[in-house]
Amino acid sequence: MSEITMVEQALEGTQPEFCHPPYVSSIARSPRSPLLLLPRTLSERTGPVFGHGLVGPGDNDLTAQHQGQPIGERIVVHGRVLDEDGRPVRGALIEVWQANAAGRYRHRIDQHQAPLDPNFTGTGRVMTGDDGYYWFRSIKPGAYPWSNHPNAWRPAHIHFSLFGAGILSRLVTQMYFPGDPLQPLDPIFNSIADERARQRLVSRFDIEKTIPEFELAFNFDIVLRGSSDTPFEDQRR
Amino acid sequence: MKQIPTASQTVGPFFGIGLGYLCNPSASAQGDTVNVHGCVLDANRRPVSDAILELWQADPDGHYPVNPNASGRAAGFLRLATDDTGCFRFTTCRPGHVPFDETRMQAPHIVVLVFARGLLRHLITRMYFPGESANTSDPVLQSIAESRRGTLIAHRESADTLEWNVVLQGADETVFFAW
Repeated sequence: MSEITMVEQALEGTQPEFCHPPYVSSIARSPRSPLLLLPRTLSERTGPVFGHGLVGPGDNDLTAQHQGQPIGERIVVHGRVLDEDGRPVRGALIEVWQANAAGRYRHRIDQHQAPLDPNFTGTGRVMTGDDGYYWFRSIKPGAYPWSNHPNAWRPAHIHFSLFGAGILSRLVTQMYFPGDPLQPLDPIFNSIADERARQRLVSRFDIEKTIPEFELAFNFDIVLRGSSDTPFEDQRR
Repeated sequence: MKQIPTASQTVGPFFGIGLGYLCNPSASAQGDTVNVHGCVLDANRRPVSDAILELWQADPDGHYPVNPNASGRAAGFLRLATDDTGCFRFTTCRPGHVPFDETRMQAPHIVVLVFARGLLRHLITRMYFPGESANTSDPVLQSIAESRRGTLIAHRESADTLEWNVVLQGADETVFFAW
């Protein structure tokens, strides 16, 4: 008979605190009562399974969703999605969204005084292959101001949402770009206390993957919580 | 060697452009359906109009779906965005009982993840159903102090309509689970 174990806890400092006062919005939206330990039952060991039909051809090319080319530096972002044992997570659904090159989102509440780009929506989807590999093409997003504190600017970033094997491996994060002077000033980036864990959100410029005369390349590997080799183990018994 | 999982970051206020396509307030109806509505509230009981809830539940027979539907969407999964008033609603089938361990069962419940601007990490909680006799023997519910247990149980408005609020902080703060 298998013992019920509790949901595993992140190593200290490797995930943001729920309440990080420099990020003002976290103050009134983060719980104050201690979070409770949850047994890892079947409900936690399983999770949504998406089919390849959800991702259409071209969904991973954010530069090809309109009549013309978007303004900006063309980039490819690529990497592998791994589990905690370093094994590839296959069939992981990745959803991305981002601002355009001027730092403006195509969203009704974005009031930044920067132009929309008629040739850029800023959303994409891709599913990892058997080797956990993914790639998508886009343009480098611009930095943009926000109202967190006087003269606050978000460093350039791309939002990532990932589903792995089981609901506990769910991850929403942001990928940053190397050499961005706004990173040390950004309370969201700096909500991760552990320096190494924080720096792993910064993609790596990848000269090998660039296409001469065409696009720059950035590498971003992602580790999801849990182990992906035996999803739904209990349902097979 | 164990890899350290990638750190979470907030979903921010603009997730609608990237995640909205999958927002769907009703699961394919089979069996006994139930309508649930509620609001996400902050410490000042202000509505959180930029939150996303993701729901994961078993089917009426207590099985977690392992196959997506024809369009590639995951069965047993719902994604909901709160509206301008911070509220959400969904229709789903009542999940069955699922095992806790080899001898005990869990009461019907839905696993709920909460994402929002201001949440640097998502929150994990559960919604249980009112009037379920199995609630009194559910190992997870029973592990929670009685004074807070009720935050995980929806309120019955009518035979097929329930209300369940998610309170991020405060006196009636919802119970959230650590990860």
